[in-house]
Amino acid sequence: MLMPTPDAATIARRSEIAAQLRAIVGAAAVIESEDERRAYESDGLTAYRALPLLVVLPSTTEEVSRVMAHCHRENLKIVPRGAGTSLSGGSLPLEDGIILGLSKFNRILELDYDNRCAVVQPGVTNLGITDAVEDKGFYYAPDPSSQIACSIGGNVAENSGGVHCLKYGLTTNNILGLEMVLIDGTVIRLGGKHLDAGGYDLLGVMVGSEGLLGVVTEVIVRLLRKPTTARAVLVGFPSNESAGACVASIIGAGIIPSGMEMMDKPAIHAVEDFVHAGYPLDVEALLIVELDGPPAEVDHLIERVEQIARQCGAVGCRVSNSEQERTLFWAGRKAAFPAVGRISPDYYCVDPTIPRARLPDILNYMAELSKKYGLRVANVFHAGDGNLHPLILYDANKPDELERTELFGADIMKYCVEVGGVLTGEHGVGVEKRDLMGVMFSAADLDQQQRLKCAFDPQGLLNPGKVFPQLHRCAELGRLHVHHGKVRFPDLPRF
Amino acid sequence: MSRFRPTDEKQLAEIVSAALAGEEPLEIVAGGSKRGLGRPLQTPHTLDVTGFAGIRQYEPEELVLSAGAATPLDEIERVLAAKRQMLAFEPGDWRALLGSTGQGQTLGGVIACNLAGPRRIRQGAARDHFLGFHGVSGRGEAFKAGGRVVKNVTGYDLCKLLAGSYGTLAVMTEITVKVLPLPEATRTVALKGLDDARAVAAMIHGLNSSHELSGAAHLPGASGGALTVMRVEGPAPSVEARAAALRDDLKIFGNAEILGDAESLKLWVGLRDASPLADDKDGAVWRVSVAPTAAPALLSQLRHALDFRYFLDWGGGLVWLSVKGGEDGGAHVIRAALAQDQGHATLIRGSAALRAAVSVFQPLTPAVAALSARIKDGFDPKRVLNRGRLYPEI
Repeated sequence: MLMPTPDAATIARRSEIAAQLRAIVGAAAVIESEDERRAYESDGLTAYRALPLLVVLPSTTEEVSRVMAHCHRENLKIVPRGAGTSLSGGSLPLEDGIILGLSKFNRILELDYDNRCAVVQPGVTNLGITDAVEDKGFYYAPDPSSQIACSIGGNVAENSGGVHCLKYGLTTNNILGLEMVLIDGTVIRLGGKHLDAGGYDLLGVMVGSEGLLGVVTEVIVRLLRKPTTARAVLVGFPSNESAGACVASIIGAGIIPSGMEMMDKPAIHAVEDFVHAGYPLDVEALLIVELDGPPAEVDHLIERVEQIARQCGAVGCRVSNSEQERTLFWAGRKAAFPAVGRISPDYYCVDPTIPRARLPDILNYMAELSKKYGLRVANVFHAGDGNLHPLILYDANKPDELERTELFGADIMKYCVEVGGVLTGEHGVGVEKRDLMGVMFSAADLDQQQRLKCAFDPQGLLNPGKVFPQLHRCAELGRLHVHHGKVRFPDLPRF
Repeated sequence: MSRFRPTDEKQLAEIVSAALAGEEPLEIVAGGSKRGLGRPLQTPHTLDVTGFAGIRQYEPEELVLSAGAATPLDEIERVLAAKRQMLAFEPGDWRALLGSTGQGQTLGGVIACNLAGPRRIRQGAARDHFLGFHGVSGRGEAFKAGGRVVKNVTGYDLCKLLAGSYGTLAVMTEITVKVLPLPEATRTVALKGLDDARAVAAMIHGLNSSHELSGAAHLPGASGGALTVMRVEGPAPSVEARAAALRDDLKIFGNAEILGDAESLKLWVGLRDASPLADDKDGAVWRVSVAPTAAPALLSQLRHALDFRYFLDWGGGLVWLSVKGGEDGGAHVIRAALAQDQGHATLIRGSAALRAAVSVFQPLTPAVAALSARIKDGFDPKRVLNRGRLYPEI
């Protein structure tokens, strides 16, 4: 992975820059020693590492603003970082750039139940929000599997998903407002406790912008009332096709489950060996379908889902009759990553989304690729929204296995785009999928996205090297290709 | 004055390029139903995009539909209903409200204005269902963004930027939206005789219950006295149980009545279309988005200075006003009552003179205005697309 060439002159000025930043945030909030910087050398995508120039940990919006204004003046690159759980390398450091860590922004500022929202600082964990409001019967809906560790600021940057997206949406559908700092240090507020924007929806643009447009210093999230009941059905299928058909039939019947997860045979075996959730081992595919809401609705829909599953050729169908049983059904799925980690020294996960109907094709194609690359693959799948999570098993200590794994992952993603899907459903582009952006987007598409970047950060100081395979200068992107006086309105029907 | 009607993206790009070369702005028009919305335009040319119509792809099991941007909404809703699906954000039809003589609205218009009906509080606005588009920028370049699947974080979310941009950034040619199942049954729990504060309190009570409301509105001027209504939708057995439980929960606010499917449908379509304010044609109509608990205080503040009719949607979070008299349609008073960052007010109906004289959309802080203008520069540097519809400088 080629990153922008670090600027040696900047690196040589490390101590001087550290002193300048200490004057803003205090001595304790600037990390300069190599040992301590090493803790920040990678995020959840551990295959890539780099030592940051410095790590700066401000504790107020004003400090963030002053740090950014300083970097802007001095032409210093900034890599924003929340909890560092990105699976796409979104907070991979730059050797000539500072890490701007938001870990000190860890307070919940206001719980406003009447307006069903919470005002929180970006370093609060995703689960921390739910923990704070659970006793009043509320929760924050998006639930990425890293929710115990990942921060809400990082969720905003990545537009994080989770297993309940089909019914409750992604982060972008659950954020009401932001306070953020622009690259020149200007603090702006977007949205609030009210809905929608006056003017352009900059809040919507910020969510999922992967730290390239600004630094979020406060977040207003929507709170939802916890559903009174949740029940799950565990269904085995003799083939991936029949499981796929069942998913389509459930949605076709007008049912939107709160979660609908699928696992293929290798994944089922890996997790059953690990957590003993009681999954059937004689099936090719397993579906967990969860319904939540008022008991009258859940009981009614569970029956219908059972019926549909049987019509689709299910072999074995178990309905959870207690909260304990429901949790057990999920235990295997939630442990899928560590379970795979047990049977392989390393694994690599990509997350393309596909039109669900193409699932059997893709699984067949992955089986072929598995042979071609000589690497095993296990699949867990957010079947409700079409978001795949193939886990490619490899050993980083074997020569060229990581390289083969990445090629394997890239082939999967390319195929997914070919059949009408997208590169990433929830993990983000980061550095991981950066060079594949051209598979999905034309040069004109990417140029237009970069022009948005230019409106926020014309010098390209925020998180450079991420998302875009090629960085163009904003002046060049802004140039208009018109021939004054030559172009006339074309000869088209006029009325 | 010329009117151009391209039939493919190449022709469209040529027209925009020519507009760019001559710096002659275009007004984008399809159905024309919302032409009286936004700041009035004075453009030398009209860009008729009705050539980009027709449903391209509809896969009910995938919950996605792709269609030409100028596909009539009626057609889309009919095709979806045949598969028992819908656009869950419940876009309103404001033709009666605006006194529009245009044809029916189109998918592109609904997205460009980021419409959202009473279900906004549960299912979001047009922005939340807008998955991808193809279009031509004000630079005369064809591009696309987003995708055709419901979960996608690849690249910037340009769909959010286009939703509510009123045609000032790009001309959309094809649009993909998320669709959802139609509810099997609908019930409305209706309370009578509440004042604003009690009505908002009752709606908060309902919205904070576990009965999953998909609408909560207050009609102070209903025939027979103030009416506060809350909607539950879903599978029939669930809806019956929730409506009854909600009625019981609301006992502290009075004895509620439960309305059935047909009556509910009529009531919520009326709210969606702002019908309570559509009958008089004179008032300046505003749509004010605030935190739900802020609505009663806002209304009492406005009463000191303005003569108006109103109703509340979104559990109190959306205040619809029809202001009588006054030189500026109430703009000054309404905007002054909204503290910075505490909400936004949009003038939905007003004479062309009024819409030219006051800021139709919420004035932006200098930093956000400058940022918005730079974004416009990136998409439409010569301001050839709907110049001035949103803000004078955009």
